[in-house]
Amino acid sequence: MNRTGLTAMQFALALLAGGAALLGLAFGFTSFGSAPQLTVFFALGAASLLRLALPFSLWLDGALMLFGAVALILALPEEGAMPAHFWWALVASWAFAWLFVERLSAAIRAGHLPETGTGLVIPVIFGLALLVAWEVITRGANVPPVLLPPPSAIWARMTAEVPTLWADFVQTFVKSVLPGYAIGCLAGLAVAIAVDRSPFLKAGVMPIGNFMSALPIIGIAPIMVMWFGFDWQSKAAVVVAMTFFPMLVNTVAGLNAASAIERDLMHTYAANNWQTLMKLRLPAAGPFIFNALKINSTLALIGAIVAEFFGTPIVGMGFRISTGVGRLAIDLVWAEIAVAAIAGSAFYGVIALIERGVTFWHPSVRGGRT
Amino acid sequence: MANRVIPVLTILLAILAFWYAAAIWMNAPWQDRLNARADLIDVPFAEFAAQTWAQDKPVLPAPHQVVSEIWNATVALEITSRRSLAYHGWITLSATLLGFAFGTALGVALAVAIIHNDASDRSLMPWIIASQTIPILAIAPMVVVGLGSVGLTGLVPKALISMYLSFFPVVVGMVKGLRSPEAIQLDLLRTYDANGWQVFWKLRWPAAMPFLFASMKVGIAISLIGAVVAELSNASGGGLGVRLLTGSYNGQTVQIWAALFIAAGLAAILVAIVGSAEKWVNMRMGARA
Repeated sequence: MNRTGLTAMQFALALLAGGAALLGLAFGFTSFGSAPQLTVFFALGAASLLRLALPFSLWLDGALMLFGAVALILALPEEGAMPAHFWWALVASWAFAWLFVERLSAAIRAGHLPETGTGLVIPVIFGLALLVAWEVITRGANVPPVLLPPPSAIWARMTAEVPTLWADFVQTFVKSVLPGYAIGCLAGLAVAIAVDRSPFLKAGVMPIGNFMSALPIIGIAPIMVMWFGFDWQSKAAVVVAMTFFPMLVNTVAGLNAASAIERDLMHTYAANNWQTLMKLRLPAAGPFIFNALKINSTLALIGAIVAEFFGTPIVGMGFRISTGVGRLAIDLVWAEIAVAAIAGSAFYGVIALIERGVTFWHPSVRGGRT
Repeated sequence: MANRVIPVLTILLAILAFWYAAAIWMNAPWQDRLNARADLIDVPFAEFAAQTWAQDKPVLPAPHQVVSEIWNATVALEITSRRSLAYHGWITLSATLLGFAFGTALGVALAVAIIHNDASDRSLMPWIIASQTIPILAIAPMVVVGLGSVGLTGLVPKALISMYLSFFPVVVGMVKGLRSPEAIQLDLLRTYDANGWQVFWKLRWPAAMPFLFASMKVGIAISLIGAVVAELSNASGGGLGVRLLTGSYNGQTVQIWAALFIAAGLAAILVAIVGSAEKWVNMRMGARA
């Protein structure tokens, strides 16, 4: 800590931010008129160096970061690379963002700011900063769109191609992923419960199940396409095979999670096997089962898309991705990836929400962290 | 030992028996047609079963066909041959190992940053988790093509896919592991006047070892999957993924199954190697088995 109330790292970031703004002001001296808002940002950023003498609120850093990012995006030229001194604006606003986040988390830790709400701001800022940097670098450095299109182009393509994307989503997610996921998870659960009664079977199935979960099961995709044809059935079959083993292994482990004393209690109640299973052991296996459901949610989407590389009707996310690459329609491919990412995250999020509701008693949920 | 081996062997035998039965059932329609064409009527069942297990392009090859294909394509062929599975397996293995090394290094570096800096914990951790909901494996071929157009070809693009997949378990495990020392242990080091560097190397790092190895076992398995899928995009590059792809185009089911078995064997060997490294490190650190 020094006179400014900043740690060494924050101090270095503050110097970097202010210094970059000062340099931007100096190098852009000859072209003030072209982007007035950037000049204002540079001037304000350079003025932030006054923090060496005056107190400087962390919210001012946040405001500068936001102003710099917006000014820079507005100043980006439509065609060609951007003027060299614009790069200083990117460096400066990145440094302001980092500094803001550093000071924000320090303030949360010290108890000056509440955890809820502000704790969420930090990852959002990080995500937005990545998007802004992506946009500025691809457009500012004139990166060929075939290589990496800017987010704005991907967004434009997404809004323009809604019917295509929707048809692909239905084919891949609704028709292939969901049935395959449901069948695979239910089958894994059923086999686990069946095996659970016999210690002999359990001893035999567990090592094999563990081994199979580590294998590249996705490789059976071409075989499934041969067996079940090009349509969604073969994709669902791949998803079933991929989701079965994680579910089996986790459920068998989870059914052992209830402690001996709890089982003894059920015994004193004269509960039969079925009652012990339904009222004690299955609920106790909840966290394990949900763990498998979460792992499977991403596996299922991957399985369905990869299986489409081996043959599809002319619709589906995997089909669109592989043909998009061939036609060099990279922005469409990225739009498809964005849809897949949103669908994957939403799928995961829904399961995590259900988990919070069902296993509300578990310490990891009661502690407020999942 | 015996009461662990016997159940596993029983299940394996059951799977094998089921497989042979399924091969008869699934290959029967085609064999019927072949026999009708050759005017073979009333083939006894034993002979019919043997026929279904010896087809050229069966719907489901019998296990011994797969094993003999693996034998023919590895030991019986020159290692440099384009048809040798050992050659393709080596291509996949090198991409896997490179990606795994990158991924482990990146994962450890991120974990170190996360435990030492509050802001990076708060900003990175949610995105690291979100990064895995993106089906990167599904877009792996595109990433490979994209990197190929900037001149990055061969091993590195495949290794990058493996890296993206394998860094995640390492970050999660290492963050947990580096935070596993208890407050009382950290306090003890403070009474010794240990600096941050010493706390890291003498307490946090050794405490994280079990977590690191558990994560690395998961990481190396998915690294292999990443490498195989990344190969699907470049048929000329070689690798087990390419054998899967060409096998599926030509209807060579035996070839597909052989490539799958080689991939499974590689995964098993790699996990076993990490496991024995774990045992060795544990022994060096004085843990009792």
